[in-house]
Amino acid sequence: MSKELIRLRDVCMAFDDELVLDHLNLYFNDKEFLTLLGPSGCGKTTTLRIIGGFATPTSGDVLFDGVRINDVPPYKRQINTVFQKYALFPHLNVFENIAFGLRMQKRPDPNDPTGKRMVKIPEEEIRERVMEMLEVISLKGFEHRKPDALSGGQQQRVAIARALVNRPKVLLLDEPLAALDLKLRKDMQIELKRIQQQVGITFIYVTHDQEEALTMSDTIVVMDKGTIQQIGTPEDIYNEPKNAFVADFIGESNIIDGVMLRDKCVKMYGREFPCLDGGFAENEPVDVVIRPEDIDIVPVEQGQLVGTVTNVTFKGMQYDIIVDFKGFKWLIQTTDHSPVGSRIGIKIDPDGIHIMKKSQYSGMFGDYSSFSEEYDELDDASLAPDEEESGDEE
Amino acid sequence: MSKNNSFLNRLFMALVFIFLYAPIFLLIIFSFNAGKSNAVWQGFSLEWYGKLLNNRLIMQSVYTTLLVSLLATVIATIAGTFAAIGFFAMRRKVREPLMTVNNIPMMNADIVTGVSLCLLFVAFFNGWGSFAAWFNSLGLFHLPTRLTMGFGTLLIAHITFNIPYVILSVGPKLRQMDKNLVDAAMDLGCTWMQAFWKVILPEIKPGIVSGALTAFTMSIDDFVISYFTAGSSASTLAMTIYGMTKKRVSPEINAISTLLFVTVLVLLAIINIREARQERLRQTRLS
Repeated sequence: MSKELIRLRDVCMAFDDELVLDHLNLYFNDKEFLTLLGPSGCGKTTTLRIIGGFATPTSGDVLFDGVRINDVPPYKRQINTVFQKYALFPHLNVFENIAFGLRMQKRPDPNDPTGKRMVKIPEEEIRERVMEMLEVISLKGFEHRKPDALSGGQQQRVAIARALVNRPKVLLLDEPLAALDLKLRKDMQIELKRIQQQVGITFIYVTHDQEEALTMSDTIVVMDKGTIQQIGTPEDIYNEPKNAFVADFIGESNIIDGVMLRDKCVKMYGREFPCLDGGFAENEPVDVVIRPEDIDIVPVEQGQLVGTVTNVTFKGMQYDIIVDFKGFKWLIQTTDHSPVGSRIGIKIDPDGIHIMKKSQYSGMFGDYSSFSEEYDELDDASLAPDEEESGDEE
Repeated sequence: MSKNNSFLNRLFMALVFIFLYAPIFLLIIFSFNAGKSNAVWQGFSLEWYGKLLNNRLIMQSVYTTLLVSLLATVIATIAGTFAAIGFFAMRRKVREPLMTVNNIPMMNADIVTGVSLCLLFVAFFNGWGSFAAWFNSLGLFHLPTRLTMGFGTLLIAHITFNIPYVILSVGPKLRQMDKNLVDAAMDLGCTWMQAFWKVILPEIKPGIVSGALTAFTMSIDDFVISYFTAGSSASTLAMTIYGMTKKRVSPEINAISTLLFVTVLVLLAIINIREARQERLRQTRLS
């Protein structure tokens, strides 16, 4: 188990009486890839800015290696940031952009026995380290280009190199891939993970893209309305969501009202379903999560439930079909084609059913009646990342 | 029909330009006239330009004008740049009313600015007189009791009316700048002041230069505000020209006015070319 590096203790943040972070408690381990995941305005960017030193929490403590760093300015922290839209210096070329942090640094003079005199990093060393970083980001030969002569992906990699060349203990990344197109984004996800493993430092990554989070992270922190909804590995978060918000935000979920009759048995639609969860009170109302890929389509007479297909979308690998069960619409992903209007039966294995306690989010998510609109909303969210959050009114 | 229209359009345009530029052309042409007349062409000569150089009054006011314009430009550019950064850091609710306040002096009639500055100086000098008399009575050291308007007040006035132009020119450059640049510089080890020198300044430099050029242009050809704030000891070129017209219209005026016109024209051309080039640069950067 690696050791704890950063801890946020009871951190609150308010802008003009509006509480953006509500008593946040969170720790970050050394060398881990941790993702803060949530919709716009959930407080993830603010959390990152607090760690980076660009914002001071209204109350609570930020600890780095056990030392309180609330009032330590950004330039004194062993933390570097990769900003949204890169923030490369337009008037400097790639080499000078990457060398910027090194030129700012001073360290004790090795030739001074008292160790008090500070000197700049010698030019040869700067050159060596910048060239080494250019190798890591595979942009050798680009050192004399200006940022505006680079593609988005290349600018992104320069931004990462500019931060990493300072050998920080922690790298903060604020939606670094949001401005790239889909194909490049997928390549960069793998690239980022590779770089993180190569340099072996903590990455704290902010995104609203759940797929990005699942692909890269060791740990995911799901946030909403300034509070943490769930912390866990990608598998934990996907397979065992804590509430309806997490279940809906990570992947696709059908969320159905149910009643826990006893351990390993839940009642929905007036029928008993065997499941694997326990530890609830007898007859406790619960939210039942069923992932679209965990549902098998069977002939009507063999089905645990029977419904009508109302919509079919071809997705390449599978069909997304919407099935109406007594007015509540489910999303099912299947490789078998079922025409619109047909009656089908479904069967769910016990390990395909996940039971959650009721929460403030119950009843808000998990119904696919408004299927198409929901997809539109998702698209909008990706077009407008947290700009307002870090905007003028701060 | 449309042809007729376009003829009228052109005629109208021609008239506008004639009214605007004919007097200036006349002035320029007669500045090269050999004789003293402003109506009869008597041959080409550079006589009046030569006489300018020997006219101590004019040379003194050229010197005053250049000095006050340069000093006012430098000071107003520094003050205006920092003011623009201050505005930029404010919340929108505070910034917008302040920007309006900043813009008013530019629209304001020069005569109002001039008279009000003049009144301010007079009021201040009165107050200063009483203060200095009281202070001198303490016997520590001697302060002058009588202050008068002159180069100092002229300079203050020029700085005052130049600052808004600098703010107006630097502001948009700050808004175009990626807000994260300063954060990025501080993240990489800069204090705020280092970030200003290494990142903000190179980014907004075009705006600062444009602002300075505009301020210099405004200063060099200002008459009304200077007239009310220079007192009797200092005189700018525009004031000297005005003074000369009161006695008799000497062709020297044509010559010096032509030089002033050309100077301002060149400055304006530089400002416009710079702006066009920056706009093109910005467009290519965006695309």
